[in-house]
Amino acid sequence: MIRDARTGPAPRHHYLNAGHGLASWFLTKDHKRIAWLYFVSITGFFFLGGLAATLIRLELITPNGDLLSSDAYNRLFSLHGIVMVWFFLIPSIPTTFGNFLLPLMVGARDLAFPRLNLLSWYVYIIGGLFTLIAAVAGGIDTGWTFYTPYSTLFANGAVLAAATGVFIVGFSSILTGINFIVTVHTMRAPGLTWFRLPLFVWAQYATSLVMVLATPVLSVTLVLLAVERVFGVGIFDPSLGGDPVLFEHLFWFYSHPAVYIMILPAMGVVSEVVSCFAHKRIFGYRVMAFSILAIALFGFLVWGHHMFVSGQSIYAGVAFSLLSFLVSVPSAIKIFNWLATLYKGRVRFDAPMLFAMSFLGLFLIGGLTGVFVATLALDVQMHDTYFVVAHFHYIMVGGAVSAYMAALHFWWPKITGRLYPEMWARVSAITVFAGFNLTFFPQYILGWAGMPRRYHAYVEDFQLLNVFSSAGASMLAVGYLLPLIYLLWSLRYGAHASANPWNARGLEWTVPSPPPEENFERPPRVEHEAYAYDTDA
Amino acid sequence: MAADQDRWQLLLFPDAASSVAGSVDTLFWTMVVVCGLIVVLVFTLLLVFSVRYRAGARVDRTPSPKLFNNRWLEIGWTLPVLAGFLVFFGWGAALYVDIFDPPARAGEDVRQVNVIGKQWMWKFQHPEGIREINDLHLPVGQTVELRLTSQDVIHSFFVPAFRIKQDVLPQRYTRLRFTPVKTGRFDLFCAEYCGLSHSGMVGKVVVMAPERFQAWLERRDRGESPAREGERLFRQYGCSGCHGAASRVDAPDLAGLYGKPVPLESGETVTADAQYLRDSVMFPSRQVAAGYPDIMPSFKDQISEEDLLKLLAYLQSLDESSRADAPRQQETDAP
Repeated sequence: MIRDARTGPAPRHHYLNAGHGLASWFLTKDHKRIAWLYFVSITGFFFLGGLAATLIRLELITPNGDLLSSDAYNRLFSLHGIVMVWFFLIPSIPTTFGNFLLPLMVGARDLAFPRLNLLSWYVYIIGGLFTLIAAVAGGIDTGWTFYTPYSTLFANGAVLAAATGVFIVGFSSILTGINFIVTVHTMRAPGLTWFRLPLFVWAQYATSLVMVLATPVLSVTLVLLAVERVFGVGIFDPSLGGDPVLFEHLFWFYSHPAVYIMILPAMGVVSEVVSCFAHKRIFGYRVMAFSILAIALFGFLVWGHHMFVSGQSIYAGVAFSLLSFLVSVPSAIKIFNWLATLYKGRVRFDAPMLFAMSFLGLFLIGGLTGVFVATLALDVQMHDTYFVVAHFHYIMVGGAVSAYMAALHFWWPKITGRLYPEMWARVSAITVFAGFNLTFFPQYILGWAGMPRRYHAYVEDFQLLNVFSSAGASMLAVGYLLPLIYLLWSLRYGAHASANPWNARGLEWTVPSPPPEENFERPPRVEHEAYAYDTDA
Repeated sequence: MAADQDRWQLLLFPDAASSVAGSVDTLFWTMVVVCGLIVVLVFTLLLVFSVRYRAGARVDRTPSPKLFNNRWLEIGWTLPVLAGFLVFFGWGAALYVDIFDPPARAGEDVRQVNVIGKQWMWKFQHPEGIREINDLHLPVGQTVELRLTSQDVIHSFFVPAFRIKQDVLPQRYTRLRFTPVKTGRFDLFCAEYCGLSHSGMVGKVVVMAPERFQAWLERRDRGESPAREGERLFRQYGCSGCHGAASRVDAPDLAGLYGKPVPLESGETVTADAQYLRDSVMFPSRQVAAGYPDIMPSFKDQISEEDLLKLLAYLQSLDESSRADAPRQQETDAP
């Protein structure tokens, strides 16, 4: 074992010093630099969304809405949802690690369409600016769900600007998806067959399919919403003969698969990290690959489970419930396979592994409580309460953000050429895990007891658990701010990383850290399965 | 201390005050136990495997015999999960159908209450004509059927102690049937975000012993029943001009119509339920009854939700009285 080989001399030429000045960044076609453009932008949006969350938790310490006005509170949770969903979670892993790693993992020089890749970042930024304008021009108070007829006829505020922002950023997703699909199909190195691909690539591929197929539905829905608001054409507005429940169908037809856009890449990351830190080939590789595809496919068929009490036919509810139960089976398989990967491995507890283990625990709880809300009679009680809020935060924050943090630490040496301070990273991982549970577990109980979501003020019985939740949120804030400090510190003061500090497998670890601009000196040839860890050594 | 205990009791075991609440709770706690065991199992394996097989530990790592590396292991843990999930699916679905489409029991005396949600209050009207805002008084033990609609945006009628929730939609009727089984004051929340004072759209459902409820009814200024007021409105809005018995206009007779199948001009057949009658008033051209000209004017923006509900109550009452009356000429008159 070669653990002391974490550090090594810095390569003379690499993509970070291949060009200087603003133009070398803003006009770059290098997928690795575009990944950086995304890193910086989504980090900004993450902390903006986090700031809104902080204010929300501060308000909810007391049952009377006394810190903020109702209007300010409603605008804050809408901002939090819109920013976190569309400007952080959906782009998070694909546009950063996907962008950086996909060409490296398939042994290519770049993505299939480098210019398109740069364009998708600009599209993302324009969408983001529209949303920021909406926030500054008075905000919107529709929630991230834009339910009609509230959003079309009653909400005053910058609904159109925000919807335009979301509409625009959708095209960024679509362009990224197309780019990834074509890259995986056409640019794999010689010998790199489909079943030799790392699961991270499978996950990016499945995610891209969902992006390309689901996002247009959202775009169409937002256009219809705008047409109704501007021209008064009755589509969703019942007084014009439209149907508000139609909006819910269209919205969730996109927004449920959107959850899989967030969680599939996270599953890819966790597969890489668990395999590396157990130093063992992933258990059941093919089953893992197929379950990713199964989740992506079934994800399109469950949107109606958001509408069990909406007035849709109760027998439609029964069908959607059954399909929702089925989608949880491949997820359960994945959890068992990650566990089985640890069995007889050589487990190390570096920060990426701690974050990946957090993912396993939190995703498990989020998934099982998802089974609660898929159960029809229970959802009648849980729907639109804090139980649902806790459930999807366990999936999106406990799951997707933990995996994002795992990826950030795992590939940080590769991306920057520097090692991060391990001790601080472990402190961050443990703080996030504890803070997260303290924040969101009480919300399950609140939801079961009947506290509705999006409530600015609440009945007094619910206060104690809300105080726990707010205390946890402050821990969570510390856990997320720490990496911002020590990772920035490591950019300047961290030790130089070797090409393969984790003794990991995969093509990205065969090139220097940071990689040269052209990635590989010679096109690599692949002769092994993925995760060829020498278990007996 | 005692107060603290009560508080936890209230959060973990909230009041179960409707006829379905107990069954929902049984399902919930069964799932908590089963899922809790899964969580314990997975966390234990996670810890045991990662500690026992930590790097540097001298343990036996020779690959397991084929039995544990093959697909039977995969199938072995997938099938029980699937089977367990299907049990919960079936249980939850059966209970859900029972809540939203309860079997009609013969001779059951169902109390029909009209509910209108608007930004940001709940308006109720009892069958005796009594109106309430935000509070709803009910007798214990009697089944209630709410007919709900919204004057503006989507709301949701949620009484946690009853374990029921139903979205309330503009231009549409939804219904919710339940039987309170405990007396007390229970929180009523709007669960679907509806704008500025969403969290202020709350009230209480007050469930009283039958004799106390009777006394409450007596104390209140009753007014007329919705059906009686509806009869007056039927003339006032001019409905009787075309649909009345003496009318010479070619319009369907509405007596006995409620709940019957109606053949449409388009060839379809619909049931004359609350939604159909409502749409016929607001969007008359949408579903024209077969054999009649499309001449009815729309009453959209001219009639309030309250009045519409009263008209409906009147039309519904025509059904009952005509049935009570013996088969009269409507059998031959009606299309």
